[in-house]
Amino acid sequence: MKTELDEAKKETAQCSCSEDEESLYSGLDVVIDGFIGVPGALIPVLQSTQNIFGYLPEKALKHISERMKIPYSEVTGVVTFYSYFSTVPRGKHIIRVCLGTSCYVRGGKEVLEAIQKKLSIPVGGTTVDKMFSLEVGRCFGACGLAPTISIDGEVYKRVKPTKIGEIIEPFYAEAEANAGADREEV
Amino acid sequence: MNNQLLKVGLGSCGIAAGAQDVYNYLSSDIDKNNYPGLDLGKTSCIGLCFAEPIVEFHEGDKRIVYGNVDIKLAEKILKGISTGVLPEENRILEEKGEGKRVAADDNIVKYTGRQVKLALKNCGIIDPESIEEYTARGGYKALEKAVNSMQMQEIIDVMKESGLKGRGGAGFLTGQKWEFLLRAKGDKKYLVCNADEGDPGAFMDRAILEGDPHVVIEGMIIAAKATGAYKGYIYCRAEYPLAVKRLHKAIADAKEKNFLGEKILGSDFSFDIIVKEGAGAFVCGEETALIMSIQGGRGMPNLRPPFPAESGIHQSPTNINNVETYANVPGIILNGPESFNKYKSGNSTGTKVFALAGKVKRVGLVEVPMGLTIREVVEEIGGGSSTGLPLKAVQMGGPAGGCIPESMFDTPINYDSINATGAIMGSGGLIVMDASSCMVDVARYFLQFTQNESCGKCTFCRIGTKRMLEILERITTGSGTIKDIDMLEELANHVRKTSLCGLGQLAPNPVLTTLKYFRDEYLAHVNDKKCPAGVCRSLIEIKIDPDKCTGCTLCARVCPVNAIAGERKMTHVIDSGICTRCGMCIQKCKFDAIYRI
Ligand SMILES: Cc1cc2nc3c(=O)[nH]c(=O)nc-3n(C[C@H](O)[C@H](O)[C@H](O)COP(=O)(O)O)c2cc1C
Ligand code: FES
Repeated sequence: MKTELDEAKKETAQCSCSEDEESLYSGLDVVIDGFIGVPGALIPVLQSTQNIFGYLPEKALKHISERMKIPYSEVTGVVTFYSYFSTVPRGKHIIRVCLGTSCYVRGGKEVLEAIQKKLSIPVGGTTVDKMFSLEVGRCFGACGLAPTISIDGEVYKRVKPTKIGEIIEPFYAEAEANAGADREEV
Repeated sequence: MNNQLLKVGLGSCGIAAGAQDVYNYLSSDIDKNNYPGLDLGKTSCIGLCFAEPIVEFHEGDKRIVYGNVDIKLAEKILKGISTGVLPEENRILEEKGEGKRVAADDNIVKYTGRQVKLALKNCGIIDPESIEEYTARGGYKALEKAVNSMQMQEIIDVMKESGLKGRGGAGFLTGQKWEFLLRAKGDKKYLVCNADEGDPGAFMDRAILEGDPHVVIEGMIIAAKATGAYKGYIYCRAEYPLAVKRLHKAIADAKEKNFLGEKILGSDFSFDIIVKEGAGAFVCGEETALIMSIQGGRGMPNLRPPFPAESGIHQSPTNINNVETYANVPGIILNGPESFNKYKSGNSTGTKVFALAGKVKRVGLVEVPMGLTIREVVEEIGGGSSTGLPLKAVQMGGPAGGCIPESMFDTPINYDSINATGAIMGSGGLIVMDASSCMVDVARYFLQFTQNESCGKCTFCRIGTKRMLEILERITTGSGTIKDIDMLEELANHVRKTSLCGLGQLAPNPVLTTLKYFRDEYLAHVNDKKCPAGVCRSLIEIKIDPDKCTGCTLCARVCPVNAIAGERKMTHVIDSGICTRCGMCIQKCKFDAIYRI
């Protein structure tokens, strides 16, 4: 857990002066401007911010606090209250294991354990190579196909703990292929 | 040439089952090979989740519904359309014209036979993104009636007479709630549609929002007309992107047609609806917490009174109803209260939508009239146990509800009789459990959920549920004592009585109902250190039957902790000290040679 936080800090530190980041912040300003005078705007602004950055960096939260004239403590209070918000960078792909009642009684816990083992990360964690983050979801509305997991929003049905490898491998293969293509281009 | 239409069900469950691939295939092939007179359309969840993906063929008044459609079958259907001979396989429902309806599949006859579709009447029939299809089936006619020819009090009286009770859980009379708002003092009144759907095993509200967003919007506009509200919010769970997208489209379309917005239908009544996305907190389904969240803060509940009808959003009078509640409104207004209250059982009228799931053969979204028994829903509609093991209980109401044992399956479904069992009607989660479900573990599962979601504002909920969870963890891991059971029960009663909001007050329900009906299972855990259902890992062992083992080595290879040893073609053995009881070997074994004790 600690290493992950450290990584996160490193990452924010690393990109603190890049041009990319500037365009992200101007995107954020557009969002904030769109909510001027709208009551209850903090949550939608945070949701958009997470879409822009992939997570909620401290710097962005301070920026929001200043621009929206909301005390920083209140901003972080809201961020920490809702499970949707993340203050650490997440992996390229988000795996969510359904632990809704139907999936739970049909073996969702075993699926979760198999994935934790396979990726060597806890729930809420991100793999060292930043490929996957693991989260727990509740009911994807596909109870008839339990147990289910979703990767980047796509639902996988009737998942067997013994078949986790087959689901995850293609993502590595794809990353490998993309890396290969990049190398060739260079 | 007759106009032909192929329709694909693209609800969440259909998409998960592969319907999008089928749709994409059909659309590209239709583009490529020009089928004159054939249109491709989409609809949403029709409730037959067990038969997804579903494709319907229409021609004139003929209709054939195909279930479990894969690309291969889609290909055959297209070929059949060009040759005029459609495939016979996988037909689950047929309408041969002139209203003659033949269900080709016995499963469907039983599944649909006892259902009555009021709230779900358009789900899976219309394209949810088409306001024209909604109005073609009588949509917005109820609004026209309410705006053009009904007084505020008149609408409320009709709602009261219908007997509709809130479908979000508590079951308060909807008409009466609206009357509170009408009488409340204040010039800015708000309406909220609670689409937070917190029960972690339920998807009724999602199916309605994805399948028929206009019916909810129309219900809200009528409520606004009746109560004088000027603005409405739909508070939708963050995990429902498809529902949010369809709501935005539906709101824009309704505004364009002047069903929503300024001077609705030329009258002097105006109303606007805003969609708010939640951010993942179960407690925000509770109405006072929901209001805090809409205002942009932490979703912490407040003590009632004052009730939202006096002081809600920005301290103004506010009425909150559930998605299914609003979905019932247009039908009641248009067809009169009798169309609803002719279904009656005890103190309840109308229908209830359930997400039927768990260890049952036919899983799906069902809408049944009040008064059907649990057994009729589980055995007739659901087809009974999916595993062949005897059924043990149903769980109703999710984390706030409870477990009803098989011996009480003849209880009729209505608010009073379900409450009398100790469970609650809830919002509609109905999970079936069989002999392989451990009821102590189920109680632990729900308590872990509520404990995790406790906002921390009041002590009994924050600490009480934590202590209860610790006790349940002791019991399920084999270190529980008989005193633990007593303490658990005592604590559960205190948490119920003293928590600030519904979350804490209802959290003990799963524990109390399982203690009431399945005490013997608790006793087996603490006295005999056994889990009768074979679920609690610390209390079971996994063994290999030497008579059945062929020495194929599959189990040894799949074991993640290398606890299985044995030569090829020789009986294998599990080292109990290393084994984590994950059960992967049991799944993998082709000879049923591995078992739990
Ligand atoms: C912890 C908790 C969670 C709740 N979650 C929901 C929910 O997800 N959806 C819902 O409609 N009602 C939920 N309710 C009930 C609401 O507080 C409220 O009673 C309901 O939305 C009122 O609408 P109705 O009268 O149409 O049922 C919840 C209540 C509590 C205490
Ligand atoms: S419980 Fe997992 S999809 Fe519903």
